[in-house]
Amino acid sequence: MPAASPISSVNDFVVRFANVNGSGSASANELFARSILRHGVPVSPRNIFPSNIQGLPTWYEVRVTEDGHLGARGGVDMMVAMNPQTWDKDVASIEPGGYLFYDSTKPMPSSKFRDDISVIGVPLTAITNSTYTDPRQRQLFKNIIYLGALSALFEMDAKLIEQLIGEQYKGKEKLLSSNVHALHLGRDWALQNLKCPIGLRVRKADKVGDRIFVEGNSAAALGAVYGGASVCAWYPITPSSSLADAFTSHCKRLRHDPATGKAKYAIVQGEDELASIGIVIGAGWNGARAFTATSGPGISLMQEFIGLSYFAEIPAVIMNVQRAGPSTGMPTRTQQCDVISCAYASHGDTKHPLLFPEDPAEAFDMAAQCFDLAERLQTTIFLMLDLDIGMNHRLSRPFKWDDSKQLDRGKVMTAAMLDDGRDFGRYLDVDGDGIPYRTYPGTHPTKGSFFTRGTSRDRYARYTEEGPAYQDNMQRLLRKFETAKDLVPRPLQANAGKPTKYGVIYYGSTTPAMDEAIGMLEARGHQLDRLRVRAFPFHSSVPNFIADHDFVYVVEQNRDAQLRSLIVNECGIDPVRLVPILHYDGTPITARFIAKAIGDHLDQLKVTPLRKVGA
Amino acid sequence: MTYIAKPKFHHPGLPKNELGYTHRDYEGKISTLCAGCGHDSITAAIIEACFQLSIEPHRVAKISGIGCSSKTPDYFLGNSHGFNSVHGRMPSVLTGANLANRDLIYLGVSGDGDSASIGFGQFAHSIRRGVNMTYIVENNGVYGLTKGQFSATADRGSKSKRGVVNSDNAIDLAAMALQLGASFVARSFSGDKTQLVPIVEAAIRHKGAAFIDVISPCVAFNNHAGSTKSFDYVREHNEAVNRLDIITGRAPIHIEQAPGTVQMVEQHDGTRLALRKLDADYDAHDRLAAMAFLQKHAAKGQVVTGLLYVDPEADDLHSHLNTVDAALNTLEAKDLCPGQSALDKINAALR
Repeated sequence: MPAASPISSVNDFVVRFANVNGSGSASANELFARSILRHGVPVSPRNIFPSNIQGLPTWYEVRVTEDGHLGARGGVDMMVAMNPQTWDKDVASIEPGGYLFYDSTKPMPSSKFRDDISVIGVPLTAITNSTYTDPRQRQLFKNIIYLGALSALFEMDAKLIEQLIGEQYKGKEKLLSSNVHALHLGRDWALQNLKCPIGLRVRKADKVGDRIFVEGNSAAALGAVYGGASVCAWYPITPSSSLADAFTSHCKRLRHDPATGKAKYAIVQGEDELASIGIVIGAGWNGARAFTATSGPGISLMQEFIGLSYFAEIPAVIMNVQRAGPSTGMPTRTQQCDVISCAYASHGDTKHPLLFPEDPAEAFDMAAQCFDLAERLQTTIFLMLDLDIGMNHRLSRPFKWDDSKQLDRGKVMTAAMLDDGRDFGRYLDVDGDGIPYRTYPGTHPTKGSFFTRGTSRDRYARYTEEGPAYQDNMQRLLRKFETAKDLVPRPLQANAGKPTKYGVIYYGSTTPAMDEAIGMLEARGHQLDRLRVRAFPFHSSVPNFIADHDFVYVVEQNRDAQLRSLIVNECGIDPVRLVPILHYDGTPITARFIAKAIGDHLDQLKVTPLRKVGA
Repeated sequence: MTYIAKPKFHHPGLPKNELGYTHRDYEGKISTLCAGCGHDSITAAIIEACFQLSIEPHRVAKISGIGCSSKTPDYFLGNSHGFNSVHGRMPSVLTGANLANRDLIYLGVSGDGDSASIGFGQFAHSIRRGVNMTYIVENNGVYGLTKGQFSATADRGSKSKRGVVNSDNAIDLAAMALQLGASFVARSFSGDKTQLVPIVEAAIRHKGAAFIDVISPCVAFNNHAGSTKSFDYVREHNEAVNRLDIITGRAPIHIEQAPGTVQMVEQHDGTRLALRKLDADYDAHDRLAAMAFLQKHAAKGQVVTGLLYVDPEADDLHSHLNTVDAALNTLEAKDLCPGQSALDKINAALR
């Protein structure tokens, strides 16, 4: 194979670390990502991990991107190959002209390498073993040593890394100094023995600004704190468990009464997803803001209760961190595959509002908003996260809160209102918006009590199987859903520089890749107007956007074009006007994928003049 | 018909409780269950217990699952909020409701199908969490609403109305509750009001998970010869270990003269339980002995009734979670939302 010239790029490359799960590499790799941020250079890291605790392969990918493209890019410019199990595949995945960084303590046959890449060997095990005797220390510090070596190869500022280590081990002097020592062991070895820097380099910039680096699950959990959630019931399931864990730790910090030390929240780990949603619905019925966090299989289990919430009109919030299905599917891989199962969850005629955050900052905002919506609309609201947003650190605008904001508790009839002689019918549409008043249990000694049930009832909550009364109620629920269209977050539109007949609709974690793909498509001469859908039910601007274009691509991360189906169904759109662009192999969608799929499709539409042979 | 309210007028001389309420104020809609159903007797016992305890009806939340028994909350405490939830899921809904507002009294009503089959898991976990509630199972050994299939509490060897013999082992929910750590466990019989009413009262006053298994014959599908949940069978095989009198801060509510030694138990809230021992060997403070006693008598075909176990010093889920004294549903933005200043610090730590 001819030697490709080594890739040369400043602040724009992808490094992938191939590790063994449970080897302590995660914190070193995250330190690497953070230290690039401290250079003022945006990064977008992604964990690629198995459903396993120890032993199986795991990867951590860092996209260094001065231009701020936070979607996955695809391709690897440098592989830090620390896992012999995956060596062959890892080496094969390096871009021509890329770099392979490996532990050269033991000699490897030349057949294990490629000659179109630069191979950088550092005797990590030898350095580690000559310095440390404790096996655990050897393992952990080996990770810091390779980080040190990489910092020399990429010409990074060691002081910035030391600063980060200092912040991490503040007050733990021994750990601090031993980590800094390990960092320099690797760095010094590289400086003395290798040609530094290589073609891939990190140069200080000022492109990070005041942005924060946070996981979507943690952001959504914080949104729940700010949104006033006081009851959380959950059952462990990847990739949502870290959301409940984060809610617990945020509450420990932010929600204890300073005088008594008592908790202004209750968190229960349910025995299963059914109990979790049952607890949420019991709490919502009784006037507390409650939520659960789960993933696709949990949604399947919760179906019956979701229907009860819809029909008996009980506020609930479900944060669904989506993973690849069906069934157990790929529990540690990302997809947007629960759109339909959430939108129409449960038997009978049901529909439920869904919110689609694009990143942690929006996950925070929307998580808080879910609780207002749930109480305003008296129904289940879904926050549709996914593994890509939920479990990866993402550079994101800082969290913001308006301190004058009050909780919107929705239509609640109080004892005073009842004493004033207000007519109370639990399912009476007094305002024409389909939303009835409710009372909290225990409100009044003689007025306002009612019997909540999943069976049919009239406007005054009296059991009935009369057809007209049933239909009257079902029609009111539709009116309520109509009201929801103007309450949920609106779609955001961005038009192309030039007028165009084509549009694209996308949502959630596809956003950064889509934004980047637009630039790539423009470079190919294709102009597209964009509409980012942020919620279901769809605002009127969704069908209007489709009407304004000859056809519209719908980009999503599932096999069956679920959002497209929902749009076709709910907005009465001719399916041929919506072209599905689908990515569903479990990896996050990339700009390269979108640009190629849409670009190739648009190219086919172009009338290409015949060229003369030999011209 | 459940939507038909009972007429409100009543005899002016009806006795009133401390709050000035009569029995009628604790009633609900007219029962739609079969005439003579044991469940209606349990409804009457709940009404009597709440009347005697002078509970404000609207401060009770009645929560049930699905089935004949789960319909009954509509037939008592008409001024309380009720929630007829999902089959087998009353315990989780009640747990959530209890977390939202610790100040109400929670009455969970369930059946043997609801709690021993589809809801067996939720029954177990609400008990082991120590949710402060009174959990009543109206236990008739059959699925009544679907016309008489065996439930999981039907005894092995008992015969269905159609003559089918049950070959599966029975689940004893009271024994399960003991094993799961319930701090109050009782069994009674819907046909024995004098035993049942004080047990319900004591359970309501108990702080913690109080479980009552009430054998309640199904007159339509399980009251024939060969059934072990019929009126006749239970009357013949009832082995009452004690009789309970409940004494609140005021005058004793029930005191009946009968033989046996009296054991006084003081609960958290000051209520005193006067336990008149009918079986000299039975100690309602010994969980392990109670479990053995139940098993021994079950093997002899006897149905042990009475207050089987009580831990007067029990605590509840709210104590375990160390929640604030105020009901969580009364907290406002200022209590719940830490504001922008806390967010500034969080943002700073994420850079």
